[in-house]
Amino acid sequence: MDAMAAIKQTFFQECEEQLAELEAGLLAIQDGGHDAETVNAVFRAVHSIKGGAGAFSLDDLVHFAHVFETALDHVRAGKLAPSHEVLNTMLRAADALADLVRAARDGGAVDAQRCEALANALRALDPEAASDDQGAGDDDGLDEAAFQPVPIDESMFDDPPMQAEPRLNLFTIRFKPKAALYAKANETAVLIRELARLGETTIVCDASGLPLLSELDPEGAYLAWIIELLTTQDEAAVREVFEFVEWDCDLDIEGDAASAAPDAVDVAVLIEKMQAAVEAELSALTPPQAPQAGLADVGVDADQAVIDLAKARQQKMTQGAGEPTTQKSEQAAAGGLPQATIRVDLDRVDRLINLVGELVINQAMLAQRVLEAGLARASGVATGLDELEQLTREIQDSVMAIRAQPVKSVFQRMPRLVREVGAMTGKLARLVTEGENTEVDKTVIERLADPLTHMIRNAIDHGLEKPETRAAAGKPEEGLVHLSAAHRSGRIVIEVSDDGAGIDRARVKMLAASKGLIPADASLSDDEIDNLIFLPGFSTASTVSDISGRGVGMDVVRRSIQALGGRISIASRPGQGSTFTMSLPLTLAVLDGMVVTVAGQTLVVPLTAIVETLQPKIADVHGFGGGTRVIAIRDQFTPLIDVGRELAYRAENADALSCVALLVEAEGGVRSALLVDAILGQRQVVIKSLEANYRHVPGIAAATILGDGRVALILDVDAVVASSRMDAAFEQLLATAG
Amino acid sequence: MNKTVLTVDDSRTMRDMLMLALSDAGYRVVQAEDGVHGLEVLSGETPDVIVTDINMPRMDGFGFIEGVRSDDRHRTVPILVLTTESDAEKKDRARRAGATGWIVKPFDPVKLVAAIRRVAA
Repeated sequence: MDAMAAIKQTFFQECEEQLAELEAGLLAIQDGGHDAETVNAVFRAVHSIKGGAGAFSLDDLVHFAHVFETALDHVRAGKLAPSHEVLNTMLRAADALADLVRAARDGGAVDAQRCEALANALRALDPEAASDDQGAGDDDGLDEAAFQPVPIDESMFDDPPMQAEPRLNLFTIRFKPKAALYAKANETAVLIRELARLGETTIVCDASGLPLLSELDPEGAYLAWIIELLTTQDEAAVREVFEFVEWDCDLDIEGDAASAAPDAVDVAVLIEKMQAAVEAELSALTPPQAPQAGLADVGVDADQAVIDLAKARQQKMTQGAGEPTTQKSEQAAAGGLPQATIRVDLDRVDRLINLVGELVINQAMLAQRVLEAGLARASGVATGLDELEQLTREIQDSVMAIRAQPVKSVFQRMPRLVREVGAMTGKLARLVTEGENTEVDKTVIERLADPLTHMIRNAIDHGLEKPETRAAAGKPEEGLVHLSAAHRSGRIVIEVSDDGAGIDRARVKMLAASKGLIPADASLSDDEIDNLIFLPGFSTASTVSDISGRGVGMDVVRRSIQALGGRISIASRPGQGSTFTMSLPLTLAVLDGMVVTVAGQTLVVPLTAIVETLQPKIADVHGFGGGTRVIAIRDQFTPLIDVGRELAYRAENADALSCVALLVEAEGGVRSALLVDAILGQRQVVIKSLEANYRHVPGIAAATILGDGRVALILDVDAVVASSRMDAAFEQLLATAG
Repeated sequence: MNKTVLTVDDSRTMRDMLMLALSDAGYRVVQAEDGVHGLEVLSGETPDVIVTDINMPRMDGFGFIEGVRSDDRHRTVPILVLTTESDAEKKDRARRAGATGWIVKPFDPVKLVAAIRRVAA
């Protein structure tokens, strides 16, 4: 059933939300937030998962969730104190629950032993002796009927189709509602109507209990009924009709197997028979003042009906249920309350963003053409275009905001990661997060998870020391991993820091030398040693059996950050810890850039990388040997990079004096000066991926379409700077060697 | 005219399933996410039957039932609670709060409709 498949999907989505709530709630309780609402929320999360799982018959999940829910119920009821150990067990149970959910969703396997062990651990938390309190069986409330005999009225008939069945049962039902029944909105007429669907009925109302109108309590119960039911159903089916009201009425059901009825039943004969039976019963009654068990002599015939009752009833129901509609009422419409959020297909948002991007490009082209057409700046067309540009900007900003999401969704996976890596490496680690609500475009968020995971893993595996070592150093045994996100100058900055031992520089240097990454006797600054870990091929032999089965080094991390247009740098203090700082663009879709020309080509340089622009003066430019140059900026020598040459647009150095220099800051705060021919202007450009349409080009981040329709390449500043440094180092080596 | 059922449950999955079962049976379904929301919806709707969960944030099923029963306009609306099997205590508490009947979770659409028929005029 398609609809059920859709609901199943909804269920799994909801499970993810519930699992997140569960973990957050448990952590909050562990941190000391004991308030009732958090405990309730945690209980409800597991309860919801269990409920939905039951509906889809996900038995393993139901089983585990039930044990978990029971334990949580004890906490909720105040019978189980949420101590640190209890919560640790529960956190691990939450992890197992998550695994079960995902296995149910994706069809994978789960470590059944682990789950059962955890289930046992949860059961062991039960403060009482094991016994499962099966609620006392429902009290049938079968009091004796106590009412006055009355003259029999002719009563209404229902004539449901008779089943062609040999066995008919005749039930005599005495039903006297109490006031509470009505107070709970039960309706005798409805009940009798349902009863009548089971077979043929004769209904007699005993109104003898009715007082005078002046004494009548409109909410009181004065009426009683005697109902004769001729049906192929059994007594259980009859009782089921009264299932909800049994406590609030006097109900007595007596059965008697009727003789085999022919296909065509003579109704009149039947009525007479029933009336006779009723009269006989009534005369056997003692006066109301002394309710007796006299009726107990009548045996109840519990013969089972042969026909498939459920099918028959279902048939009747679908017939009687009115025209089935296929309309689903919109939640928003039915509610009468404005929804705070709506769910939208991601495809639609992506499409919208693409279209808006095209709109921006088109608007720019239009502006260009108008300019070229020579219309006056103050003309109506030009002003109209300016307004158009404003509107387009606003639309673009609003649309980008739709896709912006808080990094919370990525940060949320980290606590579990910390628990698992800590357990695997034998380290005690605690995660503190900050700035989870910092928003970033969805495209960036998705690609954050992997690098963050690796960095946190590294922080615990390599950064934090073992508890004994920490204690010996006077540090708390539990290490701290700090994860934070914040907006800074048009980018998002994410920091992962630990209070571990910091980078072991001696070891790093030795390892790098042994792998041939640096010459053995190279003299490097602390900063440079720290950055060695980013070199390809550096990954230290990790003792962590990698959860995803891949061993990765920091070089992979850096490349994935760079692929996002970001930068990563490291700061480390021995004995105190390390901090990795990642800076990422807020979105991968749009960029503020400076349009420049280099060797006749038009390039765009991301504005966020540019610190300032300047005109090189003859006194400031110095050769450095091997064709490299530096420029003195405020008494600091900064490498001068000839972009045209770096990108192989030309072979010779350009004449610095006729060029413009852009002072840029690359990763690690390293500054360089990029030499370009001229600056054309600044504008916001829509990023078009080169990789998606062509392939990765070194030194180029992406491309865009300018207003005049030409394609402009977007410079990858970090790559250009890095490659020029390597060239420079190489040439220097040559120079010194040669 | 189709009867209207108000379903109150904080689980989206459960709301969807109730919606499916009830619309297939020909009812018009109106939804709410918790007790507070349910009372708000009631200010603008007069359902023929209410189906509500018990465990919900902000206001749970018991609070909701009491709220409904204390409102003159809705005192006589039948209310069915969704309950897990073994919960005789909860059933009893719901009844004492004024619930008309109950449906056991996970629910069978047939039983759901049968229960509604037993209470809906």
